[in-house]
Amino acid sequence: MTRPAQRSGGTARTSADRLARLLNLVPYLLARPGIEVSEAATDLGVTERQLREDLELLWVCGLPGYGPGDLIDMAFDGDRVTITYDAGIDRPLRLTPDEALALVVALRMLAETPGMANRDAIERALAKIENAAGELADAPVAVRMPGDSDRVAALHGAVQRGRALRITYYAATRDETTERTVDPIRVLMVGGLAYLEAWCRRAESMRLFRADRIDALVELDEPAAAPPQARLHDLSAGIFRPDQDLPLVTLRVGRSSRWITEYYPCERVEPDPGTGDADGAGREWLVSLRVTDLGWARRFVLGLGPDVTVVAPAELADQVRERAAAALDAYATLPPDGAPEPGAARSGVELAQGADPATTAGSH
Amino acid sequence: MSRTRTERLVNLVICLLSTRRFLTAAQIAATVPGYEHDPDDPRDHEAFQRKFERDKAELRELGVPLETGTASAFDAEPGYRIAHREYALPEIPLEPDEAAAVGIAARLWRHAGLAAAASSGLAKLRAAGVDVDPQATLGMEPVVTVDPAFGPLTAAARDRRTVGFDYRVPDGDAPTSRRLQPWGVVCWRARWYVVGHDLDRDAPRCFRLSRIVGGAVRTIGKPGAFEPPVGVDLISHVAKWSGPVERSGRATVLVAPGRAAGLRRWAREATSGPDGDRLVLPYGDAESLASRLVGYGPDVRVLEPPEIRDAVIQRLKEITARHDEMATARASG
Repeated sequence: MTRPAQRSGGTARTSADRLARLLNLVPYLLARPGIEVSEAATDLGVTERQLREDLELLWVCGLPGYGPGDLIDMAFDGDRVTITYDAGIDRPLRLTPDEALALVVALRMLAETPGMANRDAIERALAKIENAAGELADAPVAVRMPGDSDRVAALHGAVQRGRALRITYYAATRDETTERTVDPIRVLMVGGLAYLEAWCRRAESMRLFRADRIDALVELDEPAAAPPQARLHDLSAGIFRPDQDLPLVTLRVGRSSRWITEYYPCERVEPDPGTGDADGAGREWLVSLRVTDLGWARRFVLGLGPDVTVVAPAELADQVRERAAAALDAYATLPPDGAPEPGAARSGVELAQGADPATTAGSH
Repeated sequence: MSRTRTERLVNLVICLLSTRRFLTAAQIAATVPGYEHDPDDPRDHEAFQRKFERDKAELRELGVPLETGTASAFDAEPGYRIAHREYALPEIPLEPDEAAAVGIAARLWRHAGLAAAASSGLAKLRAAGVDVDPQATLGMEPVVTVDPAFGPLTAAARDRRTVGFDYRVPDGDAPTSRRLQPWGVVCWRARWYVVGHDLDRDAPRCFRLSRIVGGAVRTIGKPGAFEPPVGVDLISHVAKWSGPVERSGRATVLVAPGRAAGLRRWAREATSGPDGDRLVLPYGDAESLASRLVGYGPDVRVLEPPEIRDAVIQRLKEITARHDEMATARASG
């Protein structure tokens, strides 16, 4: 047996929606004389049956007097419909403050997106919507999305030309730089960062490549050809959706490192009852998060410094301790002045620049 | 809402759009189908009044500009009408590429709070004759998310109402209660902030929306309570302290062969030697470079400058000591 979902509480909303839809429907049809009912239904996102019910309802509405010349009238020609009398609702209702805000802010976001190719059209559209919304468009919202426009534009160009790409990519999780051939699908901006979503032929799966970690890029002659099994990422829950199969790491975190709870998706954050004074002030926090790779977690924890200790897993705690101890040993054997030996080659090789060293840890 | 109620409301809108004179409730009841009642029967009359109040509220909720006034100076009873000029969406002559941009913009909210408003706004543009291709894409899209406090704060900024909220910063222990005259909301690097005049600090302040406890914003006092400074640049209040870091310092590190790929890619110079690769790294803040280098453990050693080298060694010592304590505690407990 199927149960109608989202019935409770949603009824009032859907009927208010129906009134809004009906007031829109007359001007919509007025602007498109002779439109097919099925086409209109698809366009309006309703079923054909729903649309016909809406038309029947409108047919008995009209001006006071409610005689044949007063009611909304329409002519049917097969499956096509034409409004022949609109009873005065010839225009849609003006935008509400929220509608104006939603459209204006979204257009500002688009216009601010680094490397956006159609900026001109976006800005013209924005001006027209702002004009139509009048004082409502004076949305008290400002948007700025700094980014590397050139790189994003290059990626976007490759997507539009439908070519495969050869990229040199730095994978921060494993701290390695690899070469791969990818079939680009789209460019996304999530959380202020640009990503290339592409089929990775090396990994044989869909991947999101952070634009600022693509160190080199060559457009190939062959067309991009993602296989049929390629599926776009579901971004409704953000870019990193921690999988329950991934290792769970628990850290004891001091005050100065609490910022990590705002930058990484954490599964649990709670004050450590065993720390701080009687009132709980100055308590350390127990923070649990899923990590894709323990090697990354090790670099992450070491990088956070003495304010953070690993509670679990014990394996990670041991690794952190061993790595720190080994590093100290290495310093003990290094000459303290650290000057390069006289004979060492000085022909510096210029490497990729512009990568931000502060993006993985410590940037806050 | 039943079909009859929807029908009644559509007729009410048409009736009030068609009149220039203000119509009293009694006149409306005598005209619009669905309001028939006996005005002399107190219970029946009261039921009508309740129904009419609900309908008016419904229309206002939808954004219908219901005007109130009296038909003449001699009328005591208020009447209602809808001015077509106020009701109707003005002409928006969008070119196809502009319409496509609006359609794409409206879709940006699909994962976030204003999705419903964006799609009903788009429906009105379609009704105004704009054709929006639902398949249109720019090949590049920002994914927009907002915090729960976004709606109430933008509304308060628009209405110029003072707000109050509890604000929790990660390095504080308890939330503090704040009162703010919000000038506007800012999206900077995909994070949302509210900028305004902090009444308790008596100074301009910005707050991160994600730190407002429960996203709960209460309004204090009446609309129109303040004026934002003329020509205020909201972004500058947020970006002032989040700006790019100048990296004029240079550190030289020794990196084990094949390791620390993350450092190699932002090195300004790299030279291979018998004991590893020497990298010259640009840096701004010594502490943040030190913490980054510590992450690589024994794969990276700092040669110079001494301040970075000492900071790294100090951190390594403390990390070792703290994890040694933990290991001892674990072994004994």
